[in-house]
Amino acid sequence: MRYMILLQAEQPASPPPPDLMEAIAKLGEEATKAGALLDTAGLAPSAAGARVQVTGGRLSVTDGPFTEAKEMISYALYQVRTKEEAVEWTARFLRLHRDLWEGWEGEAQVLRVLGPEDFAAPA
Amino acid sequence: MTATHPQRAVEAVWRIESARIIAGLARMVGDVGLAEELAQDALVIALEQWPASGVPDNPGAWLMATAKHRAIDSLRRQTRYAEKLEALARDPSLTRQAEEPDLDAALDDHIGDDLLRLIFTACHPVLSTEARVALTLRLLGGLTTDEIARAFLVPEPTVAQRIVRAKRTLSGKGVRFELPTPADLPDRLSSVLEVIYLIFNEGYTATAGEDWMRPALCEEALRLGRILAGLLPEEPEVHGLVALMEIQASRLRARTDASGAPVLLADQDRRLWDRLLIRRGLEALARADALGGALGPYTLQAEIAACHARALTPEDTDWERIAALYRVLAHVSPSPVVELNRAVAVGMATGPAKGLELTEPLRHQRALEHYPMLPAVRGDLLAKLGRLDEARHEFERAAALTRNQRERAVFLSRAAACADGRGPLGSCSSARLREQPR
Repeated sequence: MRYMILLQAEQPASPPPPDLMEAIAKLGEEATKAGALLDTAGLAPSAAGARVQVTGGRLSVTDGPFTEAKEMISYALYQVRTKEEAVEWTARFLRLHRDLWEGWEGEAQVLRVLGPEDFAAPA
Repeated sequence: MTATHPQRAVEAVWRIESARIIAGLARMVGDVGLAEELAQDALVIALEQWPASGVPDNPGAWLMATAKHRAIDSLRRQTRYAEKLEALARDPSLTRQAEEPDLDAALDDHIGDDLLRLIFTACHPVLSTEARVALTLRLLGGLTTDEIARAFLVPEPTVAQRIVRAKRTLSGKGVRFELPTPADLPDRLSSVLEVIYLIFNEGYTATAGEDWMRPALCEEALRLGRILAGLLPEEPEVHGLVALMEIQASRLRARTDASGAPVLLADQDRRLWDRLLIRRGLEALARADALGGALGPYTLQAEIAACHARALTPEDTDWERIAALYRVLAHVSPSPVVELNRAVAVGMATGPAKGLELTEPLRHQRALEHYPMLPAVRGDLLAKLGRLDEARHEFERAAALTRNQRERAVFLSRAAACADGRGPLGSCSSARLREQPR
């Protein structure tokens, strides 16, 4: 099963501590070597992006930044056997933030990506 | 983790950590079977304690430390392990405090080698192929005997016995927990790759609607391949095998229709192909090539699979290149099935007459006597040549030979089409029904 992890947090006033970045890189390497992490990358602040919407039959494009308190910080794609495994990798990732960046708060959504198993014929 | 069932949370940690724990323990006690038992003991303790105490911050280290204590206890109880105990007492990792950071780093350095030792031991040539597969899934994949049994459609006691016997063989034959010598490495590595690809194919040939454990074997094999690629980054064939599996797995969603019937490669909806896996496969293939592995059997097969993956439509397929690659593959790793696939490719590249000609000598190959794809390929080529009566005969033969119901239905409908004088169905061949040589 494949899971997409989306990390959301308030846009920090300062860049992340180097220790955290190093620990994240190490965890990423470990998850890659474990055959679990398929893809991951950080996301630029929404100021660099845009939003495309349809409301009331009208399509509109709005440039960032958006006014939400939280920004999307990064994504990761994991291939694991259970939801709990995805949760475990995510917990390790957030634990690093907690331990290495004082006062940091944020959340990660663990979303299952639909795969071949969801489109299989009924048994 | 309140929302997650505690036992399932422990099992998740187990899946992530078990291979490394077993590998580390096996280096300590020198016996894979004992190492696994000790690791299982630690798991049982975790299952008892964690639901109440919560999952520790570093669950892998917790499991490892617990298992090591069990190891020392068990060695103490057995006087015949007296010398080993002495050796353990000298192991600084057991006497120092576990929170010393340099110790953790030192253990980390070992982990890669320990895991490799575990893989090579599980795939040791003293074991039968079946035993290698079961032991690999058990020790490296952390699968239960029940899961392995369901995946391979055999009774659970059979798998349990296979594993017990395999462990006994390893200790009985005095197989040491060590890496192969450089001279042995090529043969030992090819045994490992064979086991992983066998696991993959077992999952790949599973039909939709079967127990989910069977298709899950594809993911398990991919995971093992990716782990091995991390452990042996300089070995081109490891990347070749990973590339082959990634690209084949990219088609999983497209290769059966809504009713579960197989869809020919040429007829697959290519929009359903998994672009991420294709990208990863092509990257792995580039690594294999860069390491000078272009002539390795797995890399060659991956290269062939990549030709299909790169083609946005069936018509874009570079059949001449595929035919050339099969020619090299037939040289490097000759087999009647490779020759048959070459006939298909030549049939597409040069024309059905030429392809048919290449199948002629195969009709007398004993290895293909009961192989349904030989008459299926010939039927397809004959139909394209307008020799419908002969084609119908071949398709009927293919239908009689296959044990797969879905495949039989496909062959019979092609036979019926030939009888109606309709000849070739669609733009391409049923010959690619089974996408790769096995």
